Amino acid sequence: MAEVGTYLYAITLGAGGAPPADVPGVAGAPVRTVTHDDLVAYVSPVPLDRFGEEPLRRSLEDLDWVGETARAHHRVVEAVAGRAPTAPVRLVTIYSSEDQVRDLLHRRRDDFAAVLARVAGRREWGVKVYANPVTAGSPAEGEGLAEAEKPGTAYLRRRRESLRSRDEAWRAAAAHAERVHAELAAVAVASRRHRPQDPQLSGRDDWMVLNGAYLVEEERGEEFTAAVDALRGQGVEVELTGPWAPYSFTAMDLGTADEEDAR
Amino acid sequence: MSPDRTRGTELAAQGRIPPERVALVDLLDRLLAGGVVVTGDLVLSIADIDLVRISLRALITSVEAPDARRPVRGPDLPETVWAAGTSEAVWAPAPRDHGYPP
Repeated sequence: MAEVGTYLYAITLGAGGAPPADVPGVAGAPVRTVTHDDLVAYVSPVPLDRFGEEPLRRSLEDLDWVGETARAHHRVVEAVAGRAPTAPVRLVTIYSSEDQVRDLLHRRRDDFAAVLARVAGRREWGVKVYANPVTAGSPAEGEGLAEAEKPGTAYLRRRRESLRSRDEAWRAAAAHAERVHAELAAVAVASRRHRPQDPQLSGRDDWMVLNGAYLVEEERGEEFTAAVDALRGQGVEVELTGPWAPYSFTAMDLGTADEEDAR
Repeated sequence: MSPDRTRGTELAAQGRIPPERVALVDLLDRLLAGGVVVTGDLVLSIADIDLVRISLRALITSVEAPDARRPVRGPDLPETVWAAGTSEAVWAPAPRDHGYPP
């Protein structure tokens, strides 16, 4: 009864890519391929009574639903990214039919080819840097004085110093993050900074002073992770994730040809 | 594919994290801020209304008001920067000064 839409996950280069048989898509539907020349689009059917605009508006306020959908999307992207240059598509991109997707591949072949050429043979790494506001904000000097003071006076003085040094600590941590980013960007082909994560989502109270993504040649992967290791310590915590499909380096906006002609 | 060649071992061989173990917050960074965005003749895309960000923010702030001193959100960040000397040169504006308010 419900109308069916076509959910688009990723576009890859190289004809003959079969759909990942053991990896279901969002809503548990089997993943299919749509091909045009040497481009392959990975899609699956979704019921529009759950994936239309109004139902999605409600679903997207449900973090569990978002998580489940994001993971299903990611599983498909991972399954195809391991075997061909892959451009992941943004979460929840739905076409009215597979023909429409094929038409997109046809009209935008050169754009996709250019993006896929940029990411071929390269992997994305994520590096987050945290500074702890408590340890970073503790006064390093003047501790000796505390012994001669009354406990209450010492507490208040330490608290004042702590608040003042907190601002300095933030600036120092931010400056350190700049150095980390510069050193890692030097090993990468491209770099991008995501917004610092919300503590409510990351579950951490530390300051996130860097949330970087780095596109690195596959053969320089070890060099990159070694560079990350060398930046550990020094008063900050460095977290490495990846390698990822090149999500952060395929962000491009494709309007339709018709749209461009009309304007 | 041989029976013992499971997807898990395939992923391990590639050094990839099993999708189940990826932190959702790291995934959302990429799935909501990265990837190809297509606007136009499709039925729906996040790009059209950007409602995930709006909804998640509403969801989060309703859970707990953020501590104003914490750098919960930074300013608009510079876009992707490609290293000089690569064929793509600079694909986006160069980075700006990036100091957050303390």
